[in-house]
Amino acid sequence: MSDIFAKGLVCPLDKNNVDTDQIIPKQFLTSVSRDGFAEALFFDWRYLADGSANPEFVLNEPQYQGASILLTRANFGCGSSREHAPWAIQQYGFNVIIAESFADIFFNNSINNGMLLISLSAANIDFLFNRSKQGPQQWQIDLTNQEILLGNNTAIGFSIDADVKQRLLSGLDFIGASETLSPQIDAYEAQRRSAMPWLG
Amino acid sequence: MGQTLYQKIYQSHVVGALNGSTDLLFVDRHLIHEVTSPQAFAGLRQAGRPVRRPDLTFATMDHNTSTQVRSYDAAGETSRKQLEALAANCAENGIELLDLYHPDQGIVHVIGPELGLTQPGMIIVCGDSHTSTHGAFGAIAFGIGTSEVEHVLATQTLPQQVAKTLKVEVTGTLSPFVTPKDVILAVIGALGTAGGNGYVAEFCGDAIKGMTMEGRMTLCNMSIEMGAKAGLIAPDATTFAYLQGRSHAPTAQHWDAAVAYWQSLYSDVDAQFDKVVQIDGSQIRPQVTWGTNPEQVIAIDQPVPAPESFTDLIKADAARRALSYMGLAAGQKLTDVAVDVVFIGSCTNSRIEDLRAAAAVVAGKTVASGVRALVVPGSGQVKRQAEAEGLADTFKAAGFEWREPGCSMCLGMNDDRVDAGQRCASTSNRNFEGRQGRGSRTHLVSPAMAAAAAIAGKFVDVSTISNGASA
Ligand code: SF4
Repeated sequence: MSDIFAKGLVCPLDKNNVDTDQIIPKQFLTSVSRDGFAEALFFDWRYLADGSANPEFVLNEPQYQGASILLTRANFGCGSSREHAPWAIQQYGFNVIIAESFADIFFNNSINNGMLLISLSAANIDFLFNRSKQGPQQWQIDLTNQEILLGNNTAIGFSIDADVKQRLLSGLDFIGASETLSPQIDAYEAQRRSAMPWLG
Repeated sequence: MGQTLYQKIYQSHVVGALNGSTDLLFVDRHLIHEVTSPQAFAGLRQAGRPVRRPDLTFATMDHNTSTQVRSYDAAGETSRKQLEALAANCAENGIELLDLYHPDQGIVHVIGPELGLTQPGMIIVCGDSHTSTHGAFGAIAFGIGTSEVEHVLATQTLPQQVAKTLKVEVTGTLSPFVTPKDVILAVIGALGTAGGNGYVAEFCGDAIKGMTMEGRMTLCNMSIEMGAKAGLIAPDATTFAYLQGRSHAPTAQHWDAAVAYWQSLYSDVDAQFDKVVQIDGSQIRPQVTWGTNPEQVIAIDQPVPAPESFTDLIKADAARRALSYMGLAAGQKLTDVAVDVVFIGSCTNSRIEDLRAAAAVVAGKTVASGVRALVVPGSGQVKRQAEAEGLADTFKAAGFEWREPGCSMCLGMNDDRVDAGQRCASTSNRNFEGRQGRGSRTHLVSPAMAAAAAIAGKFVDVSTISNGASA
């Protein structure tokens, strides 16, 4: 198996605290399906009031078309727990997000959809933003060795929780994994019922 | 070494080890609503999995519903489909649903505690970030995504790793008119919107002990706004008194045993927290946000800050952008800024105590001309009580709209929105760009501050108006 988990064009979104209301505004949450959210991604930034593409927004710049790695700053994905946010990001074409930090719920939601989220120090994030200002970047992500390969023999290492890494590499159905503990769940329920019958 | 309250509850819910540092935890209560559950049920159906414990799952309709009329159709075609999907999913799986026509329907985080579903020592999850509200009872309560909703429906468990612990001690006595909303806004202002990332926050100190359950819920509700995974408060006599007699609380037969267990739920004196923050509650003034995230907050008597005053360049830039979005200038006094809309409601501040505080400010006065003001009670129970106490009449006489329970203008997802460019004094929890409607400008405040703004037509320092009302 190749060590490269993902590779592609990088889109720099130079903002802190991008919240899930910005990632996908609420009018798109009324769907009962998991699909069809790509168009809704960053809707209020991406489109002008008349519905045309906002030329000022980075995602609309010609050199970033087809990007699959999103570079951003601190506390990405804060706010509402809507899983529609990672769905929209993934359906647009991103499979990796690199940021200084992520909000907890957003992080879990993304991992549950098989996306890789990489946290780096503020200094490294600055370095990557500076680099992306020099022109469009094509990076590779080596998850096995935990490195972002920037080209020209330059790489930045990253740390990742061992369990998260294993899940991403094995692509395991997480409900199925928990179901292997069914006997323990049965036992827990029985003990709970006798010790604290009011809990049901 | 002693344990923190969080660690005690976590450990008592470990079903088994999944791998490495991930545990499978048992979930005591699973709350669901129409927006984040349909895809989870679809996933179950596709995989042929049943709901493991329909008796531990409870559903309501709140986000997508109209608070003007009780009808599935009122907030549009796609909303109706979501409401119908929830009703069908609950019927098919035997899940108790408080639908739009149920007398106790309301915002999921208002009705959980009200019905006694929320209890100390529990693990409570819901596909909604403000699930942190339930931590006020000394439960570990947090928001989850739709894939996790599906996981809980299938297994009644959730894979988790131990979070870091943060102790937030609020000392002293709060000044009159300073409410739990002001306390949590001040805490978020001090810690920042990412200050709690990776942590579970436990609130303690004299100012917290003195709070009612309603106040504690407001506090824990917004702990997610500083990035904390959950917020919690050790249960005490106030907690037990609130729960006794509620429909889903332990019955008389089990009450003493339940209370005995609940009394063991506190952080040991020698427990080690990963981070400790102390805040002097007596110094907190009524708060107003000026920007587009909850950490961009000031006391009502402070000027709007200049972007240059932030040493962090990114914060300075965020401030610049926020001021432009909000149509404000550095140095401006918010007491000179007019409001177009006043919204009293949301899972942060739509409980009876919030409505009493607002009504006390409103009594005998009228909403300023040109201001649209609405009060949206958090649940059917709150609504009935407010009507019985005469609060609804006070609001209506002053020119407020008096609504059915629901999320309403908190998120602009139903038929209540703030128009582009309009300024809203809101008791909700998020002032993000476009949160209340595209281009809307939100200022987060307490119910008393919102009520005062409705009367004055602009922000006022509620602690300076003397009308005999008490906080
Ligand atoms: S009131 Fe607002 S924050 Fe609370 S659950 Fe409803 S939409 Fe979410």
